[in-house]
Amino acid sequence: MAKKESNFLNMVLALFIVTAAASFILATVYNLTAEPIAQARESKRQLAISQVVPEFDRLESKNFLPPGGGDSLEFNYAFRNDEIVGVAINTWTNRGYSGRISAMVGFDTQGNIIDVVHLQHAETPGLGDKIQKGKSDWSDQFKGLDPATADIRVAKDNGDIDAITAATITSRAYCDAIQRAYDTFKEHFLSQQPKTEEGGLAL
Amino acid sequence: MNQWKNFSKGLIKDNPVYILLLGLCPALGVTTSAFNGLGMGLATTFVLLGSNIVVSLIKNLIPDKVRIPSFIVIIASFVTIVQLTMEAYMPDLFDALGLFIPLIVVNCLVMGRAEAFASKKDTFSSAIDALGMGLGFALALTMLGSLREILGAYSIFGFKLIPGATDGMLVFVLAPGAFIGMGYLIILFNYLKKKTA
Repeated sequence: MAKKESNFLNMVLALFIVTAAASFILATVYNLTAEPIAQARESKRQLAISQVVPEFDRLESKNFLPPGGGDSLEFNYAFRNDEIVGVAINTWTNRGYSGRISAMVGFDTQGNIIDVVHLQHAETPGLGDKIQKGKSDWSDQFKGLDPATADIRVAKDNGDIDAITAATITSRAYCDAIQRAYDTFKEHFLSQQPKTEEGGLAL
Repeated sequence: MNQWKNFSKGLIKDNPVYILLLGLCPALGVTTSAFNGLGMGLATTFVLLGSNIVVSLIKNLIPDKVRIPSFIVIIASFVTIVQLTMEAYMPDLFDALGLFIPLIVVNCLVMGRAEAFASKKDTFSSAIDALGMGLGFALALTMLGSLREILGAYSIFGFKLIPGATDGMLVFVLAPGAFIGMGYLIILFNYLKKKTA
């Protein structure tokens, strides 16, 4: 078959056919993968929630606006025998080294951090991505901290958190996300709990 | 054409990264660890294989003046297919590599093979060429990634070489280490090429 001549009609036709075929194929692939992708994301979310709160038998979700403004945070209340055992908060920060970082922070009913796992980020591979649980145990230092007494900022800013070597911006951003979760949690959960005689919080 | 020669040229003699100096941007950018290098190399191999086959099949239907935009559309489609499929069925791998997948579109290796090889040769040769070049690219990225991971983090594919050591020579994980490592690997490959030629 001879090569097609580069005249106007041939060029328009060729480009039209190539782009139309590409759109059709991509639409098909998108439709085929849309459901598995949604499932994968949902199971990732469920997994993240179960990693940061104690064992639960029921979940309830509600959105709250953070006091500092910006997008709302998703509170996932974890119930066991109809009692709240922890709250997993889907929080975010825009201070990452490259774009938004979102993370799941779990609090117990006293306001202590149970654990933190990242959900999505675009930080530098090999440096900033150490916020991921599998890549390093850096985020374990948040376990058990009470943001009311501990300072959730990196040591360079006189806080209590050791920054990741060569990824101070990422570490700062992660602290910012956790602080945002705590501030919102304080406003919409802790402050609404009646105080007990010991000064602690009861349900 | 001798297909074994066609395949093996991509590994050393015409290694895309160290001899042809193609696709340096991902080669420098993603190779902070051996695993990242290997994953990026294999994803690129798949895209290269797909685009080379399609380009060689339709090369006579595309007028010369619009061949570049057509190739770009074909390559970008394959990249998107890889991205969607990986997110749907291999979420763990997608977690590790998702950031780099869209970068394959701008990898001049893929464009270069479509333009220089697939648009002139038959489909079978183009597929063999894509496999050889892709594996050569994967080899190059894995080598650079391993070098940087060994020196920068004292580990290889995530396994610690020295127990207890946390941070290695950090410069090798950062951008300058990519250039230093690549420089020495270019020397090595040119030496190997001279020796085998």
